[in-house]
Amino acid sequence: MIAALAFYLFAAILIASAVMVVTARNPVHSVLFLILAFFNAAALFLIAGAEFLAMILVIVYVGAVAVLFLFVVMMLDIDFARLREGFQRYAPIGAIIGGILFLELIFVVGSWGFSSQASELRLAPNPGGGVTNAEAIGRILYTDYVFLFQASGLILLVAMIGAIVLTHRQREGTKRQNIASQVYRTGSVALERVPSGAGISALGIRRPPQPEPEAPKVTHESGHGGHH
Amino acid sequence: MEGITDMVIGLAHYLTVSAILLVLGIFGIFLNRKNVIVILMSVELILLAVNLNFVAFSARLDDLNGQIFAMFVLTVAAAEAAIGLAIVVIYFRNRGSIEVEDISTLKG
Repeated sequence: MIAALAFYLFAAILIASAVMVVTARNPVHSVLFLILAFFNAAALFLIAGAEFLAMILVIVYVGAVAVLFLFVVMMLDIDFARLREGFQRYAPIGAIIGGILFLELIFVVGSWGFSSQASELRLAPNPGGGVTNAEAIGRILYTDYVFLFQASGLILLVAMIGAIVLTHRQREGTKRQNIASQVYRTGSVALERVPSGAGISALGIRRPPQPEPEAPKVTHESGHGGHH
Repeated sequence: MEGITDMVIGLAHYLTVSAILLVLGIFGIFLNRKNVIVILMSVELILLAVNLNFVAFSARLDDLNGQIFAMFVLTVAAAEAAIGLAIVVIYFRNRGSIEVEDISTLKG
């Protein structure tokens, strides 16, 4: 009963915030409503029993992706009023196509049912019996799906390198280290062999003059010396 | 069906919420045809709807494969968002706007 109430509450907030994401006037508000939508979707995941995925959704999406969106929206100086031209013009066609798609989805759900052998066709049934969701996922993710796991890591690496290469730029007038020319330079610094074991004065090397030792501080408060 | 648990909330409820979310994402793509950032956010909504479906079926069948696949979808969506936003940033740096109509100049 309480779970059903929670489901309807979270689903209603999820859909309302999704509506606000696509219709908000200010893209910053869109991003904030997207964060709200992710939180509510995580709650729906929790109700369905996917605790690990719910936490991943909060950490990865709210913590990284939504904040990335927020950075980009705030970093770029965009004339948002101009971008909203044609908002009314595109709304009817979007509503028509969305309505058609929704009707089709309803037809699919209405005319569809589970196979009678669905319970035998499962690949990784939930072990149950005190095994937590995260542990159960880890058991099959690191065994059956280890290559897919590595491949997804590779995808993230490629995305990271791609994003760095795309957005990195060389500004004019900044000093940078050119390691190749630094390594290959010749002539400006001479290498010479010095006899070892001799003092530096014997080699003719002069040290910079030592700073004078500071004079010991003279305390004037002679009567109040000692402990305070 | 024996061996398949009954969920607290019916599968149809999850599918309905997910369908509404997917339709809203597609509607958002049409509505904000000029703003690439909101289009990327709409794509995130669509992928969230897909994940909701995966998790709902995973819970209904008591099968963990759906959750594993949803995790891979999350990974790819995060990579897509990073690359997409990087492209938006360099496009804005070059053109001074992020209107989708101008991006046709990127071809050949």
